[in-house]
Amino acid sequence: MTRPLINVPKTARRGELVEIKTLVSHPMESGYRPGLNGQIIPRDIISSFVCLHDGKEIFRATLSPAIAANPFLSFFWVATTSGTLTFQWTGDNGFSVSESVDIAVE
Amino acid sequence: MDHDSCRGRRRFLIDMARLAGGAGIASVLVMRPATATPAAMAEAIRQTVGATPPKPGRVKLEIPPLVENGNTVPITVSVDSPMTQQDHVTAIHVFNEKNPQPYVISVDLGPQNGRAMLSTRIKLADSQKVMAIARMSDGSLWSDSADVIVTMAACVEDVPG
Repeated sequence: MTRPLINVPKTARRGELVEIKTLVSHPMESGYRPGLNGQIIPRDIISSFVCLHDGKEIFRATLSPAIAANPFLSFFWVATTSGTLTFQWTGDNGFSVSESVDIAVE
Repeated sequence: MDHDSCRGRRRFLIDMARLAGGAGIASVLVMRPATATPAAMAEAIRQTVGATPPKPGRVKLEIPPLVENGNTVPITVSVDSPMTQQDHVTAIHVFNEKNPQPYVISVDLGPQNGRAMLSTRIKLADSQKVMAIARMSDGSLWSDSADVIVTMAACVEDVPG
C-alpha cells in the first residue's frame, strides 16, 4: 500500500485560506464491470473520506462508484491554530488508510 | 478500452443473439448493463435533498464539455457563499444521469472551510448531464448542471492483463 499524497502548506498565517489536496491509491472498482470470465467484478471502492484538525472534523466526503480510480480531492480550510491534520479513507473490504501532517499557524 | 476487448464483447453479443434465435433481440437488450436514467437521477436528488427542487444559481459546476476519456473527468464545484457562521454552505452533492447509478459525491462543509469549493475526478459511462446541488445554512437549495459529451466511455469491461 503506497502512502497517500497530501499537499498542505507547512505554515500559514492565522485566518489564511489554505487549499488541501489529497490523492490516495485505490482501484475504485465500480461493481458494474464484467471481467474476462464474464462475471461482474465485485465492488471495491473507498466510500468515505474525513479530514480532522486536532480531532475536530473539518471536511467529510461520501464517495460513490462514479469517483475515478485513485481518488483525488481538493478543498479549503481557514487556518486557525497550529496542529495536526488527519486524513482518513475507509471503504469496502475493510479498506482503511490514515495519514497525518502538521501545520504551523502563526 | 482496447480493440480486442471491444471485439470480444461484440462477438459475444452476436453469439448470444444466434443462440437465442428468435428471442435474440430480447436477450441482447437484457445483456446491457443497468444504467441510471434522468428519472433515477431525479429520484436520487429527492432522496438526498428532499422534495423541494433546487433553484438554479449560486453554484458553479466546472467540467469539460467534451471529454475524451470517461475514466477520469476533472470536476470543480464552487458555491457563491460568504462561508460565515451565519451564512454558509452545509453540503454539496453531485449527481449524474446515465452512469449505472446516479450518485457521484456528497461533501459536508461549514464555516471552517472558508471557501465552498471542491475538486475531484469522476467516471462517466456516457454523454450525459451532470448536476451539482448546494445546501445553504438557511436550508435553501441551489444547483448548476452541465452537459458533457464523452467520446470514450468509462470502460465497462475488464482491462486484460
